[in-house]
Amino acid sequence: MHHVIIGAGPAGVIAAETLRRSDAGARVTLLGDESERPYSRMAIPYLLAEDIAEAGTHLRHGEGHYEGHGIEVRKGRARSVNPAGNTLTLADGDTLSYDRLLVASGSHTVRPPIEGADLGRIENCWTLADARRIMAGTPRGSKVVLMGAGFIGCIILEALVARGVDLTVVELADRMLARMMDDSGGDMIKRWCEGKGVKVLTSTRVTALGEADGGIRLHLDGGAPSITADLVVCATGVAPNVDFLEGSGVEIDDGVLVDDRLRTNVDGIYAAGDVAQGPSFPTGAREVHAIQPTASEHGRIAARNMAGHDTPYRGSLSMNVLNTLGLVSSSFGVWMGLEGGDRAVASDPARFKYLRLEFDEDRIVGALAIGLTQHVGVIRGLVQTQVPLGAWKDVLLKDPHRVMDAYLDCTQASAA
Amino acid sequence: MHKSLLIDPQKCTSCLQCEMACSFEHEGAFNPAKSRIKVFEFEHGARAIPYTCTQCDEAWCMHACPVEAITLDAATGAKVVHEETCVGCKVCTIACPFGTVNYNADTGKVVKCDLCGGDPQCAEACPTGAITYVDASWTGYERMRSWAERLDAGA
Ligand SMILES: Cc1cc2nc3c(=O)[nH]c(=O)nc-3n(C[C@H](O)[C@H](O)[C@H](O)COP(=O)(O)OP(=O)(O)OC[C@H]3O[C@@H](n4cnc5c(N)ncnc54)[C@H](O)[C@@H]3O)c2cc1C
Repeated sequence: MHHVIIGAGPAGVIAAETLRRSDAGARVTLLGDESERPYSRMAIPYLLAEDIAEAGTHLRHGEGHYEGHGIEVRKGRARSVNPAGNTLTLADGDTLSYDRLLVASGSHTVRPPIEGADLGRIENCWTLADARRIMAGTPRGSKVVLMGAGFIGCIILEALVARGVDLTVVELADRMLARMMDDSGGDMIKRWCEGKGVKVLTSTRVTALGEADGGIRLHLDGGAPSITADLVVCATGVAPNVDFLEGSGVEIDDGVLVDDRLRTNVDGIYAAGDVAQGPSFPTGAREVHAIQPTASEHGRIAARNMAGHDTPYRGSLSMNVLNTLGLVSSSFGVWMGLEGGDRAVASDPARFKYLRLEFDEDRIVGALAIGLTQHVGVIRGLVQTQVPLGAWKDVLLKDPHRVMDAYLDCTQASAA
Repeated sequence: MHKSLLIDPQKCTSCLQCEMACSFEHEGAFNPAKSRIKVFEFEHGARAIPYTCTQCDEAWCMHACPVEAITLDAATGAKVVHEETCVGCKVCTIACPFGTVNYNADTGKVVKCDLCGGDPQCAEACPTGAITYVDASWTGYERMRSWAERLDAGA
């Protein structure tokens, strides 16, 4: 049995390790097209902030970890997949045959379709190679514009401020973190950032980019004056890496469609991580949840199934935690709420504290929190187990901050 | 068979000796706010529940960590945070469905129970036997386990 994994990010590495444990006799090949040892993209901000060196981003630190586990790491890029022959063609012309194939190729950045978007001094922040260029181009005091204030943008924001640059953020939506925060939360975070000296322009579209004496000029819509930067960092979205699946018959929507065993529609081919669009929790709808915990769970469960241990997946839960210049925020599940569900809100804008819980009857389906760092994981526990809160629901509607008490009473005390 | 912390809320008088001992062991100061075990009080102190990590088999925190900063201590079964590797991303704090990994803003790292390397100071300090360190097969642990099963992602 030969398992081939395309992509050596978190999903691919965890799948390879799980396969090693679940299918001891099999051959496992981990194919990756980046030159570094397998690393975690989400550690990049800490590299930019110079908290860690490049080795600190590596997924596994042990010398000879992969060889020691009998995982064949191969550098190369998959170019096409031929399910009829169970083969894979690489960019260098080589062919690999597989018995089971895992697509864990992640996604790539997408820039807005505007004039000048491909000029130099405009960088993505997605790979270690990007990070090196950003570090070289952002000495202390340089003027940097960050395009995009979504989740990834806001994580980079913190790292850029740590580099001591003069930072302006431009965001098309009417608030920061439009997909992770509601108006109140997004406004609170914006106010916090402005208080720390970051300029934040929301509801602002960059219409064109041009050269300007050694730097970049950004033209804005609505008659706003243009701004200049020594370097522009672009965090305006991503798309799945699926080019090599063309002609393979694998079904693709927002990502590679998979079922609750992480199987695609083509026999023997599975998908995991950012590239996969799989069942989600609690609605069951198939969604791309491009986050580290989903990559890790997908990798593990896909591998179990590839190894022949039938293992259903309950579905991924959308969740994020973010530190914006010291203000910690998090979001879970269906934070925008379900039609007809109740909502509990506690907001203290002056102290930058916010908590919003969304209910389906007496169960929590989603939440937003700002300024909460203790026991925040119980919100995941409550969403994922759908524990009925009974009388506690009314308590929470009055004071959502008692969520930890409700959790303990409903899960730990009863059986004591 | 690993040992684990067995918690019997009925015996807890909420004296907070466990929190003191934990913070002293890990932070070098008697500071309950920095404790990795936390006593939650109900009904104005009439009822209390000491609460900390169960070192669950699922190890959500360990698997979610992007930089291998949480590893398994083979001797105790504890999932241990390595501060020098932790980047402070907090993904484990939301991935842990028990809420027992917390962010410490002072150090910029996360903290969780590490069973004090096999000699848990909370159990040592507890005067009423509400917290004991026993063979994991003991009852009571089962409650935590059944709860963990409801969470099982499948693997
Ligand atoms: C700056 C930044 C910060 C982030 N912060 C967080 C965070 O705080 N929390 C969080 O949950 N998530 C965060 N993320 C997202 C997280 O990094 C991703 O969800 C995670 O990396 C997904 O893992 P993956 O293995 O699916 O994909 P990836 O990590 O993208 O790995 C896929 C690999 O496959 C390779 N590949 C692609 N095509 C081919 C091919 N044809 N042949 C061979 N190899 C190929 C890619 O080059 C890559 O190495 C962040 C991401 C970034 C960029």
